[in-house]
Amino acid sequence: MNLRLAVRGALVTARKDIRIYYRKAPVYIFGLVLPLFLFFAFFVGRDLDLQRYFPGFLAMTIFFTSSSVGPLIIPWEKQAGNFERLLTLPVTVPMIVLGDTLAGTLFGTLISLIILGVGSLFLPLSIGLSSVLGLAALFFLGNLCFAALGVLISSPAGRVPSNVMMLSTLVRFPLIFISGIFTPLVELEGSARTLGMLSPLSYLSDGLNGVMGQETLVPIWVGMLVMAAFTLVFLVAASLVLESKAMKGL
Amino acid sequence: MADQNGSSGDDLEHSISAEGLSKSFHGFQAVDGVSFQVRKGEFFGILGPNGAGKTTTIRMLTGVLKPDQGRILIDGIDLRRDALAAKQRMGVIPEVGTVYTDLSARENLELFGMYYGLSKPVRQERATQMLKDLELHDRADDLVKTFSKGMKQRISIGCAMVHDPSVLFLDEPTEGLDVQSRKLILDRVRAMNAAGCTVVITTHNIEEASRLCQRVCIINKGQVVTVDSPEHLKSTFEQTRSVEVAFEGQVSCQELSPSCMLRVEESGDKMRIFTSDPDRTIEEIMRLRDERGLRILSLSTLGPSLEDVFLKLTEAKR
Ligand SMILES: Nc1ncnc2c1ncn2[C@@H]1O[C@H](COP(=O)(O)OP(=O)(O)OP(=O)(O)O)[C@@H](O)[C@H]1O
Ligand SMILES: [Mg+2]
Repeated sequence: MNLRLAVRGALVTARKDIRIYYRKAPVYIFGLVLPLFLFFAFFVGRDLDLQRYFPGFLAMTIFFTSSSVGPLIIPWEKQAGNFERLLTLPVTVPMIVLGDTLAGTLFGTLISLIILGVGSLFLPLSIGLSSVLGLAALFFLGNLCFAALGVLISSPAGRVPSNVMMLSTLVRFPLIFISGIFTPLVELEGSARTLGMLSPLSYLSDGLNGVMGQETLVPIWVGMLVMAAFTLVFLVAASLVLESKAMKGL
Repeated sequence: MADQNGSSGDDLEHSISAEGLSKSFHGFQAVDGVSFQVRKGEFFGILGPNGAGKTTTIRMLTGVLKPDQGRILIDGIDLRRDALAAKQRMGVIPEVGTVYTDLSARENLELFGMYYGLSKPVRQERATQMLKDLELHDRADDLVKTFSKGMKQRISIGCAMVHDPSVLFLDEPTEGLDVQSRKLILDRVRAMNAAGCTVVITTHNIEEASRLCQRVCIINKGQVVTVDSPEHLKSTFEQTRSVEVAFEGQVSCQELSPSCMLRVEESGDKMRIFTSDPDRTIEEIMRLRDERGLRILSLSTLGPSLEDVFLKLTEAKR
């Protein structure tokens, strides 16, 4: 396959997604309102040490925002009749998957940077200069990983966006409860910890705890490797599923 | 020399080569061994009734569906081996696929230009030119969702042409459009064809197909019935034209001169007279009316119907 054409296809797809889907309401409802709501439900007014839990909250924001764009795009395009047209253009299914993932990554990165900025105004966050690099890498990897998960969730979908949104909530909610958001993984024991280690989100919250000067379960770089591996699996799986379900609902 | 040129020479001459395409859905054979070749610069029609497999065939030719069997060459490029290079040469209007209604007309043209790899100045210039050609320049920056059906289809064809493709695939591009939009679109397609672009169009409108196409491929139930020029098919088409008439009171078809009718079907108070010369048949009907002092309740001429053409063609094959 021609690499230049492949890169072009993915980048143009991402650009198109940004132009069209960043304006859609469900992206904000599922990506912004939901984590804020959870924030108020779990952290505020419970006399918790906000600084201690900020990394977890940040991980949750990254998780929700980056994975909220992907589930919308493919069903929306199938419903609107754009998807078949897209398949006639010089792009392949993996390029579409990658492009949609990049759009989700950028959305998640922007929003989580804002959250980080706001957080650092109110909380005395101590992020050393050496940790900034780690933080940047975690932001990128985390957003990429969960954007890919979002696309994977939508890949078997037909043409009804609300069905996929429901499915994505079904997949995403359990994940935040097992991933050391509300209780850091290091404080969990036994099967709870084992279960947590199966979730890619655990490695993000663990890593963010690390760069913000708290104890971690695994070294940060190990967590990054695990997230990279998950990302690869999500991308490949999404491509394979979409390849076989491309015509569903057309 | 001719021998040496062999198949590779043919491939160079052919813009599209479909070899033994088959596709089934859950055990239902939608397309069954379809083969045909389209020459460079040819205007080629695919004609068939609803459910014949036209759209499925076009979807395979444009890389949307993978055929279960068969091979497709676009300008000699194997679609399975190098889909990107093959698709780069195509412009496609799918039967149901539309452009992005959340973008403006110009944004759509530029987006498609980007997908086809046009540089920024080129795609801006092409977009402006297209908007002018399609008479949409005054709506260039309005969102496509505010457009009428005909305008949407015009911008859709613009997006398929923005990169100056060497092959155009159009799946029923004029379905449900008014005369003016239809003419505008077909004029653009004809202009592209005159400039050397190969065109493949599907339709169930026989008149349109025979007016536009150099050759038509007629398919039915997933199989090619015949590939021929409209001139050759014309007699088949013409024998299936008919005049439908309803008289007040009982009239038997025996009272009409047999020379002006090929076959008569009677249903209720209506008679449908198949004829190759509707003009003479109507004269004959008028003669009968005047002679017998009858009243005509309704009178209409019907174009050739696809079903009748298939009947005719499959009869001829047997
Ligand atoms: N995705 C699909 N899943 C199942 N069956 C399909 C699918 N696509 C087409 N078919 C079936 O294949 C047959 C051919 O369909 P196709 O759309 O190719 O016909 P067509 O010639 O384009 O008809 P029309 O003139 O109505 O557009 C039909 O019987 C249709 O029901
Ligand atoms: Mg069709």
